[in-house]
Order: sequence, then structure tokens, then C-alpha cells
Amino acid sequence: MGEQERVIEFRIDRHSGVSTYLQIVHQTEQALRLGMLEPGDKLPTAREVVEATAINPNTVLKAYRELERSGLVEARRGLGTFVRRSLGSAPADSPLKAELDDWARRAREAGLDRGDVAALFGNALEEHFGTASGTASSTASGTTTRKTTSTTTSTTKGNA
Amino acid sequence: MNTALEATGLVKRYGRHATAALDDCSFRLPEGRISALVGPNGAGKSTLLAIAAGLLRQTSGQLRVLGAGPGEARARVGYLSQDKPLHPQLSVADTLRLGAELNPDRWDAAYAAGIVEQGSLDPRTKVRALSGGQRTRVALAIALGKRPELMLLDEPMADLDPLARHELMGTLMADAAEHGTTVLMSSHIVAELADACDHLLLLGGGRIRLGGGIDDLIGAHSLVTGRGDLSKHTVVESRASGRGVTALIRRDGPVGEGWQVQEPSLEELLLAHLRSPEAPALITPSTASTADRTAVTA
Repeated sequence: MGEQERVIEFRIDRHSGVSTYLQIVHQTEQALRLGMLEPGDKLPTAREVVEATAINPNTVLKAYRELERSGLVEARRGLGTFVRRSLGSAPADSPLKAELDDWARRAREAGLDRGDVAALFGNALEEHFGTASGTASSTASGTTTRKTTSTTTSTTKGNA
Repeated sequence: MNTALEATGLVKRYGRHATAALDDCSFRLPEGRISALVGPNGAGKSTLLAIAAGLLRQTSGQLRVLGAGPGEARARVGYLSQDKPLHPQLSVADTLRLGAELNPDRWDAAYAAGIVEQGSLDPRTKVRALSGGQRTRVALAIALGKRPELMLLDEPMADLDPLARHELMGTLMADAAEHGTTVLMSSHIVAELADACDHLLLLGGGRIRLGGGIDDLIGAHSLVTGRGDLSKHTVVESRASGRGVTALIRRDGPVGEGWQVQEPSLEELLLAHLRSPEAPALITPSTASTADRTAVTA
């Protein structure tokens, strides 16, 4: 069998306060949003993911099940897990991305720091999309929240 | 669910008057789990692993390994000890051949060679010229090359640099993903265990203090901050925090008003239990040995 090119590699951040399986879910969603993954693409197998990240195989399977439940991927018996549909309509080269880049640059020029920008952006998200915006963030704040100090994660967890 | 390992009243005493390394130790490890074996130095971790591998005999009590006596299941059990005894004069290729000769019925030569190759080792290199990480890789290849159903590892990564540790843990996880191997691994590096393991056995004073799925064990505990009465819960550890307390509790019913409740991390759960050796044991039903299951309250 020829070596198939992997379209996504997961990065696990042990100190993010976000559980490992959710990091895989979020990174897959992010790749779908940015058009880095497209329908028909194959996700790496659990074996490939754990070999590269040294995490528990069940964690990968749990993440893939979650993605399957939300209809983003499908498991084909004996073949692997494939992307079923894309997410959103904001590929990496869309005008909206350019506008946001421009906005972020202006925010920085205006002297705002990362936390200020994250708070502003989080506010706008909540105003226009309601509190439970991310598909998986509702699970993140399920029962009791893990401690989190990072400002980037607090925007999606602000509803806890 | 099938059982990989089941201990019932296991006792090991080194010498007649010595304190017991294992003292009435009972638990069950279901098949397919990747379990951490944690505990302070001298808690009995190495003793338990060596008995399971068939290298030591217990003083009394019973240990069933893959449904058989410890020695009988040896062909289906892989064991990697802390000192990884390999022959220093042999080359890597000769060491693999030794693995094949010693495991005539079960040896998967291509698989063992593949694990060695991932570390880009020259098969002609003598074992004595290998680094610690490379040596561990060869030892792991020998242990996994016999395609064990149960893999026992005694602090396998203790002397390795972070990169070698990460790569070898990846190799071990890939094996578990592909073959469903049950893994029992002792270590002091909690962060590493938290990602790799789904099951926990905490040994203390020769017995199991915590046993079960990591999610279940974490879910049974809460880290609470506030003021008020916690007496209906099991308080594992409690510390003054301003005018109130911060406590790690084993919940019995909902926590009352006025407490800020968080889910503990695996590290917080372990440290609290290590600091409080008198806290009562918690063994989840799937992890309790059959003989004890009726007596377990949790």
C-alpha cells in the first residue's frame, strides 16, 4: 500500500484546559471551516493519530464519534473515516477572512491586546449567533468546567 | 467484559518478618484497558508487575493472568522491566533473532523489525552502543514482537528524554489501537499517563486505593471551594483557603449551595490521595475483584 498523504495532523496541547478529545473535534471543525478539509477527505486512522500524539486510542474514537454524530464525518467499515460535509462558508481565501484580518490589524494598531480583542470578538459572536455558538462548545461546558486560564478558550466557554 | 488480570487477597512478603510489599491486594483489570499503575516508592508496583509476569511468586492469595496462573500465561504476556536487560554484545539484528528463537509460536518478525526501523536504528549496531531511548525501543520491539495480549511495563520511560518518551509511548498506543492489547504501566509521570491511559490503579501500602476508569474516578470527585458543611461527603483532603476551605471530596449527593465546584484533574486527584493515605479506598464495580464485588459500596 502506498503512503497516503495526511490532510490533517492534530496538535494536542496538554495545558489548554480543554479535554483532549474536544481538541481533536475543534481542530477538525476548524480545518473544515477553513477549507483545509473537504468532503471525501479521509481522516487519519486512530492508529496514526495515537502513534503521532501518544494519546489513548479511545480518545480519538470518542472525537470521531462526536464528529459523526454532528454529521460532519462518516465511518466506512474497513475503509476509515471520511468527511461528509463542509462547515460554514468561510474558506481561507474568502473576503470575510481578509476583512477580519484587516480588523484585527486595526485593533492592534489601536492598542488593544489579545484579551481585549478576544472579548470584543466573543461579544459580537454572542450577539449575532447566541451563546452556544460552537457545535462542540456546548459539550465543553456540560457538567463542571475545568479550570481555564487561557483567554482564547474563555471566549467559547463564556456561557458556562 | 473479559478479565486480563484479577488479584484476590494477594500478599507478597520478602522475608518472614518484613512488612508486606503487597498486603491483601484485590482488583480486576478488564481486557482492552490501558491502565496506569501509580503509587509512592515502595507501594508494591514492581512486585505486582513481576508476579503478573510470572517472575516472582506471591506469598499467599491469588493472581489470575488472562484466566490462567501467572507462569502459565507467560507466552501471551509481554513484560518490560525498568532495567531492560538486553545482551550488550549482540547486535540489534541478533537481538531480534533471539526474540524469534525465544518465542517460536508467536513471533511476528516483520512487526518487531518495523518498530526498530521507526527509530532509524542500524540493525548492525551493538546493543552496548545504543542510547537509553534506542535500547528501550529494541526492548519494546522484543516485547511487542511476541504479540502479547497483556503488556506489563515497569517505569519503562523513566530514564528517557522527552522526545524518546513521546515516540515510544506513541508506538505503544499504536499497538494498543491496532491489536487491542491490554496495557498495565507503572510510572511517576502523571501528565504522560493522563493522556495515554483510560484506567487507573493507585497502590498504597500494598493495596489498591483507587481503581477504575479514569473518567469514572474523576467524575466521582469534586474540587470545592467555599464555606459550610461537607460532612455528608468523603473529604479526601481539605485546606484553608482564606476564610473558607478548598477540599477534594468524594461526593455523596449534590454539593450544597455556596460552594464553587470544579472537576479535579487526574494530577489533583492523585496528589490529594497520595497526601492523604488514610482516605478510604474507591474501587469502581468493573474494577473490583469478583470475590469482593459484593462488599464494594461505591
